[in-house]
Amino acid sequence: MTYITKPKVSHPNLPRNDLGLTARDYEGAVSTLCAGCGHDSITAAIVQAVFELGIEPHKLGKMSGIGCSSKTPAYFVSQSHGFNSVHGRMASVTTGANAANRDLTYIGVSGDGDSLSIGMGQFAHIIRRNLDMCYIIENNGVYGLTKGQYSASADVGSTAKKGPANRQMPIDPVSTAIGLGATYIARSFSGDKSQLVPLIKGAIMHKGFSLLDIISPCVTFNDHEGSTKSYAHTRAHFHHVIDADFVPPAEEIVAAYKEGEAMPVELHDGSKIVFRKVDKDYDPTSRAAAFSFLRDSVNAGEIITGLLYIDEETGDMHDLSGSVETPLSKLPYEDLSPGKAALAEVMSRYR
Amino acid sequence: MSNVNDVVVKIGTVNGTGSASANGLLMKSIFRMGIPVVGKNFFPSNIQGLPTWYEVRVTGDGYHCRADRIDVMVAMNAQTYTEDMAEVRSGGWLIYDSTWPRSRLLNREDINVLGVPLSAMCNENFDGARSRILMKNIAYVGVLAALLDIDLEVIKTLLEETFANKKKLVPMNLEAIRLGYDYVKEHFECPLPVRVEKMDKTRDHIIIDGNTAAGLGCVYAGATVGAWYPITPSTSVMDAYKAFAKQFRIDDETGGKKFCIVQAEDELAAIGMVLGATWNGARAFTPTSGPGISLMSEFIGFAYYSELPAVIINIQRTGPSTGMPTRTQQCDLLTCAYASHGDTKHVLLFPANPEECFYMSVAAFDLADRLQTPVMLLSDLDIGMNDWICPDLQWDDSYQPDKGKVLSAEQLESMDKFYRYLDVDGDGITYRTLPGESAKGSYFTRGSGHTKYGAYTENSADYQEVIDRLLVKWETARTLVPEPEVEYSKFNKSAILSIGSCDGAVREALVQLKDKNVGLNYCRVKAFPFPKSVREFIDKHDLIYVVEQNRDAQLRSLLILDAEISQEKLIPLLHYDGMPIGADFVVKRVLEEVAKGRAA
Repeated sequence: MTYITKPKVSHPNLPRNDLGLTARDYEGAVSTLCAGCGHDSITAAIVQAVFELGIEPHKLGKMSGIGCSSKTPAYFVSQSHGFNSVHGRMASVTTGANAANRDLTYIGVSGDGDSLSIGMGQFAHIIRRNLDMCYIIENNGVYGLTKGQYSASADVGSTAKKGPANRQMPIDPVSTAIGLGATYIARSFSGDKSQLVPLIKGAIMHKGFSLLDIISPCVTFNDHEGSTKSYAHTRAHFHHVIDADFVPPAEEIVAAYKEGEAMPVELHDGSKIVFRKVDKDYDPTSRAAAFSFLRDSVNAGEIITGLLYIDEETGDMHDLSGSVETPLSKLPYEDLSPGKAALAEVMSRYR
Repeated sequence: MSNVNDVVVKIGTVNGTGSASANGLLMKSIFRMGIPVVGKNFFPSNIQGLPTWYEVRVTGDGYHCRADRIDVMVAMNAQTYTEDMAEVRSGGWLIYDSTWPRSRLLNREDINVLGVPLSAMCNENFDGARSRILMKNIAYVGVLAALLDIDLEVIKTLLEETFANKKKLVPMNLEAIRLGYDYVKEHFECPLPVRVEKMDKTRDHIIIDGNTAAGLGCVYAGATVGAWYPITPSTSVMDAYKAFAKQFRIDDETGGKKFCIVQAEDELAAIGMVLGATWNGARAFTPTSGPGISLMSEFIGFAYYSELPAVIINIQRTGPSTGMPTRTQQCDLLTCAYASHGDTKHVLLFPANPEECFYMSVAAFDLADRLQTPVMLLSDLDIGMNDWICPDLQWDDSYQPDKGKVLSAEQLESMDKFYRYLDVDGDGITYRTLPGESAKGSYFTRGSGHTKYGAYTENSADYQEVIDRLLVKWETARTLVPEPEVEYSKFNKSAILSIGSCDGAVREALVQLKDKNVGLNYCRVKAFPFPKSVREFIDKHDLIYVVEQNRDAQLRSLLILDAEISQEKLIPLLHYDGMPIGADFVVKRVLEEVAKGRAA
């Protein structure tokens, strides 16, 4: 694999965001993933989301582990710093990064192997800390780079390209995250960009841990008949049941929602998520409701997509530990050193 | 035998009975009398119920290691009474709780056995089971005060200071001291021939353990992120950091913390957090022990190759595997020097005492930032968890952290283009940028093959260029790390080369060997890679005894690998039973080698 420089083509009429940047300014290097890979669609959705949110590229941290999914931060916002860490450890690196600088926006891209097998422990614990980040799992049920082994998210009965059906129970990141206490939980499909972009925007603006489990078919190893993570299977079984619109802080909610069909939830920065097409009895702020809804859908063989749960009340890691507002990495040394006189006082305690 | 200020007292108790406070009181009262003292705690990996010992060596000569004899044994634990009695030197003293009679079989004719009815006295004078157990321990301090002639006023002052916030506990503790003291005064001839006498040798000194000093050093170094997973014997590093940070790092106006401590789910996560934080420009550290290093290894290699700073404080304990978690060793030298797969090597610092733990933890952050690589401070359980007498720690307010080659947004603006791994200055250290500063400084931090421009590569030449440049940086590191401590006389053709907590034993052994007409020079290495002066020192000698606390002569291996010393020249003297090394071991082993015909 070589490093290909993307040709720069001038498009003077492209729309610009509040920073005066075009979507082109949020692109990255040329993808080296297989043609048709679901991950590339997600990359495109990320580009659109951060462009529309008007995030300054240098204020974005792109985090990942190892695997096909974890390569993708190289393919979006090349003007941002990226941290391609070790397998299954993106969560801890992002925890440390956020501990040091809480002012940056963190988008982590992981896969089902990276998060649900080797990184399951860190995935669970970053949720406990409610770390302020957008955590995306590009979920294809298979190990691509090592050529087609089942991952922990492979469904019972789903067949490998050459082998028999999987018999082990899958780990579902969404129900796992609901159980562990995540504060923004959504599932989507790489083939549904209209649903994906607002979900990513909401996840970025949510203060706390946001999980996006995105079914993202592997065209090479898991897109055949018999696979439950193929494009065809996902299209046939996914239910776009909970729509969520993202409304930036400065904008009014103008869309016409029918009585009882829209439910706005205000985010930390004043922006809003408006739930629509929701069953009128469904409460996306109830963890118990989200969990039982999800169980019922699994039993019905449906892949429920949309924003399933949101909690804007619980504080993030810094709130829980009581850090100062200024990013710790920006504190001048004079604010950190107790100094000579204090040391003399400390010494008096050890005599 | 009469020894003033040269006494070794050992106390055998049961874990979890509060004996630590009694032993601390004993040691500190001797220290307050101006007499140098060494305290060693031998404790089990257990919360309550197993045997535990504390050894106090009163050393007017100011030595720093444990002695090879027990003058006075306080045998408070019936379970270990037999072995405790066996340890007393001939002519020494054994104190036991005579509330219950001992079998005649448990007597030794060549020692003096002094029975004190500690339990009986405490049961009569105190209420409640917990108080009685605690006060029984305080009472043996009273017994020793009478026998050794420790100043009761000093003890009283110490108790008043200790319980300044719980004043009602002072009279009870004083009464317990008094019970032991008076009983002994009444029944035995006091003081013993071995006793203490006021000196003036501890002025401007403190009693402190290495972990507290290291935690304090992290606060002074300006570390703001600490990530860790609890593991004996390193836990008290983070405890100390937390306590000092809570004192000195709270914002006056908001009450917000100017630090963030994350108790990680494991050591893999702890080091990952450290790297995330240093990537963002904060000073970050993780305290751990050997098993933690094993778990962190993948990330340590990542940090070496992607060139991120990290400070890892390894309080070594015995291995392999779980080993003996509450016993000491210097057994992680090789695993730390070359931690992780692939061609990796790391900067190590070797403190010998708590004082150096303080200064070297600050130095570790400066080196890590300067060199953009992990730096490991290799302390051990003996330094970390035992109380040592050290000169007062000093601080120079003109200190500024060396943040290394970090480009600001302004500097980036004035540049044509930024490349992360380009060796501009020829010292192997490249310029880095911090996220959040400027889009012009953006780059991709990765553990996969990369070119000097920071791009992904599978090209052989581009890959090799970067890992070769890391060797240039390694040579720069050699010039930046602390120089060894050397004692040299041109008349000596042989020398001892040692490391860390062996220092006290080696220095005392050098004095004893000189008395036996064996003159040796001395070099204590303080860092890896070894500065050139280490090689130069070795080259001036025919023979080097390498004293270290592990089975496989790991320091010797590092000398062979990094300083290219021929192995015939390096005679390993290895102490690795888990107990801190004493001068007696070094003397005995050197004399054995001399007897074999080795040059002295």
